[in-house]
Amino acid sequence: MSDDIPADRRYRETHEWARPEDGTVRIGISEFAQAELGDVVFVELPEVGDALSVDESFGVVESIKAVSDLYAPVSGEVTAVNDALFDRPELLNESPFEEGWLLAVDPADEAELDALLDAEDYADQIA
Amino acid sequence: MTRRTPLADSHGAAGARTTEFGGWEMPVEFDSIRTEHEAVRAGVGKFDVSHMGQIDVTGPNALDLINRLTTNDVGDLEPGEAHYSTITDEDGVVLDDTVVYALDDGAYRFVPNAGHDAEMAERCRWLADKRDYEVTVTNATEETGMIAVQGPEATDHFETLTDRSFEMGRFEIEPATIAGVDCRVASTGYTGERGFEILCPAAEVGTVWNALDCQPCGLGARDTLRLEMGFVLSGQEFDPESRPRTPYDLGLDWVVDLDTTFVGRDALEAEAENGPDRHLTGLRLIDRGVARHGHPVTTPDGEEIGSVTSGTMSPTLGEAIALVDVAAGSVADGDVVRVVVRDEPKKARIRTPPFLDR
Repeated sequence: MSDDIPADRRYRETHEWARPEDGTVRIGISEFAQAELGDVVFVELPEVGDALSVDESFGVVESIKAVSDLYAPVSGEVTAVNDALFDRPELLNESPFEEGWLLAVDPADEAELDALLDAEDYADQIA
Repeated sequence: MTRRTPLADSHGAAGARTTEFGGWEMPVEFDSIRTEHEAVRAGVGKFDVSHMGQIDVTGPNALDLINRLTTNDVGDLEPGEAHYSTITDEDGVVLDDTVVYALDDGAYRFVPNAGHDAEMAERCRWLADKRDYEVTVTNATEETGMIAVQGPEATDHFETLTDRSFEMGRFEIEPATIAGVDCRVASTGYTGERGFEILCPAAEVGTVWNALDCQPCGLGARDTLRLEMGFVLSGQEFDPESRPRTPYDLGLDWVVDLDTTFVGRDALEAEAENGPDRHLTGLRLIDRGVARHGHPVTTPDGEEIGSVTSGTMSPTLGEAIALVDVAAGSVADGDVVRVVVRDEPKKARIRTPPFLDR
């Protein structure tokens, strides 16, 4: 199972991931989360320039059957939004760890990453 | 204790995701809601609906009892025919919606919603007592298995399991042998597609289920399919406690026959004269988003006129659709309104259901 969970990033208990990349942090949801949700049909995200506060809700993902809040794994200013999701929300089902990323942020405090679960601990949580 | 259908173990083994619904452990999806929904719209799918109540009423006064219980005219039904109906209280408030089947020998079977079986059997006995009816009321829910086979290819698929044809009209029921099991086959369903519902002994429903070689579907697809047709769901569009509505409020005028005598008739006759207070209709979102149960519906000026009772992203249309319960006279087909989704008013256009032509 942990083979399917990339070790290049950290995880929140609520199934968001955060991957450091050259000074920014990219954010998405896990394979487990997309499987639980089922067919994703709608994503609501903040805009570039908006502020994210760690542990606070920053948007929603809706599948046919349910609505799920998204929680910020780190604080920071949004520097990029994955616009492709607005036309193709199913990218979240098809490729949650890569093409289905949600946002990139300029992190306010990189130490917040250390408070998150590593891949192994996250794998234990969802096992 | 959560009740389990005779097929629950088989659903678990098939990897279905399950949920509790009406006191029953039920599959929500086997593959994905979209896959299952599309199978039923374009091909054929099977649903375990053994959670539905099964109440038999027999005896010399069976017709009298069912006529008192339900709003439609059961006297219209010949043996082998069925119709859709509602069960109302003295105020005309819908307690349940149901299909009534006229069987042979003056016996009737009706199918209340999941978890309502004990209450509805009790209601029959109460009525029988009150009117001195000579009837036998049997709650056959636990002993009965029920499978819905739905979709444009349902008839062809069905006929592979038996040596006879099934050229039935809508809302009929007849005995048949399916995969060697003695069943009753009804040309009913709740998806808007042609198809059948099979009733058989609980102990043998697995044999029939396994013989049906088509897409298994869960409650998720059942919900999106009925919603595209604008069909009401107990607990969503009406609930005697939290959303008391009459058949007229729900647009179900066609299942009320005021020429028969039933509980709630006088209240409904008065309402037929004065017009209902509420109006169940539909809408399609213009703005991006999904309307869900409980979201307020307002005029463009922000005046609240009602709320969403059921909403989803329609897999067939690729648009967000919803059923809405609004004040009578507040909207007409084509009006632009707002649905308040997480504090944000989203534009939507009123559209009288069904959302699909079938």
